[in-house]
Amino acid sequence: MTLTQHDIDQEIAAHHAAYTERVAQGAPVEHHPRRDYAPYRSSVLRHPKQPLVAIDVRRNPELVELSSPAFGERDITETDNDLTRQHTGEPIGERITVSGRLLDRDGRPVRGQLIEIWQANAAGRYAHQREQHDAPLDPNFTGVGRTLTDDEGRYHFTTIQPGPYPWRNHLNAWRPAHIHFSVFGTAFTQRLVTQMYFPNDPLFPYDPILQSVTDDAARQRLVATYDHSLSVPEFSLGYRWDIVLDGPYATWMEEGR
Amino acid sequence: MTTTDTSSPENALPTPSHTVGPFYGYALPFRGGEDVAPLGHPDTVTVHGYVTDGEGTPLPDALLEVWGPAPDGTLPAVDGSMRRDAATGDFLGRNGVEFTGFGRMQTDADGHWYVRTLRPGARGSHAPYLSVCVFARGLLQHLFTRVYFPGDDAALAADPLLSRLEDERRATLIAAEESAGTYRFDIRLQGEGETVFLEFR
Ligand SMILES: [Fe+3]
Repeated sequence: MTLTQHDIDQEIAAHHAAYTERVAQGAPVEHHPRRDYAPYRSSVLRHPKQPLVAIDVRRNPELVELSSPAFGERDITETDNDLTRQHTGEPIGERITVSGRLLDRDGRPVRGQLIEIWQANAAGRYAHQREQHDAPLDPNFTGVGRTLTDDEGRYHFTTIQPGPYPWRNHLNAWRPAHIHFSVFGTAFTQRLVTQMYFPNDPLFPYDPILQSVTDDAARQRLVATYDHSLSVPEFSLGYRWDIVLDGPYATWMEEGR
Repeated sequence: MTTTDTSSPENALPTPSHTVGPFYGYALPFRGGEDVAPLGHPDTVTVHGYVTDGEGTPLPDALLEVWGPAPDGTLPAVDGSMRRDAATGDFLGRNGVEFTGFGRMQTDADGHWYVRTLRPGARGSHAPYLSVCVFARGLLQHLFTRVYFPGDDAALAADPLLSRLEDERRATLIAAEESAGTYRFDIRLQGEGETVFLEFR
């Protein structure tokens, strides 16, 4: 039997209600999705069933995971943060600028760290061989960008507004428009891969990936804000999205901040 | 909501994790991602294996990152893992001499991966290990695990993590030596022989 959107909606609502109930009983707020979230069908066989083994980093300051790989100017080219300039022609679609700050849980900037992004084109098609969606490819748009955060933890990308796209989680499943982000912190424990969404997308309630973040406030943090001051006259619309890295890090490494 | 008030730390709430999805393959892997060891280095080790799901099916679309110290236990602070060519914008590969400690590889169609890196040195009271971060379609938040190496039983017995685990679970973190310098390490996301995954607090 093919799953319908209605089936998925009911599962999403059940998970949301169960979370609300847990919090009402005093359970902690869950900032991240549970790996076991059946409305996203691919998660069913790909999450561990044993509890994770906890490591207290304060008792182990020499942990490998409390440091992070280094990235530098050699790892970036000049046009890497401008996805509209990577081919000879202009890509099709609405140009946007996406900017924000990379911060740790104490609100301090994470400097000189690598942010990588990838996304579908304006028609909702990835430049990926295995992508089956028959929307047109754009020869002038690959949809991959990279940058290092500056001294204030800022990043900046120029790109094209990605389109929503269908997928096969259930019948008539559509992903809201999003940009994939991969981010490093000062500690490997802060590693983050996530997705940024655009304000007021009507597809939000139907998407089991976004809804896997069952906490309403946490889910909102995945949505960028339209920021007129970031819009470039005669060129692009601006979105602001700050990223806060979770995971412990060694404060003794932060000298000179 | 997305503009963070940095004046009060409790407002810096974390950005939720999401799956890497199926279509990162043209974005995240880079040339030489699995060849971390400087060319011809005598301390080179090869670690390889499969990533499998709860039915034992290999994942053709898992992404692994490896991060480890140099043979003397120091942590590299060298960039250049994904050097770029300013003329073409392509990846150049590493420079063949410096050790960055960082590798990234995608499983192939058979769900197999490998990394060639330097044998890690011990740090503190820990037995030597490589840190591994696993990403995949279907995995809403990445998973951390570790590759430990067989041979020094006393060091493994004294390791603060391994010493806390039952034998069966502990075994999932210790690679098997296949030949000198080549080790097998499978990652089972779920079910029988499920790999030990870690949570840092
Ligand atoms: Fe996507």
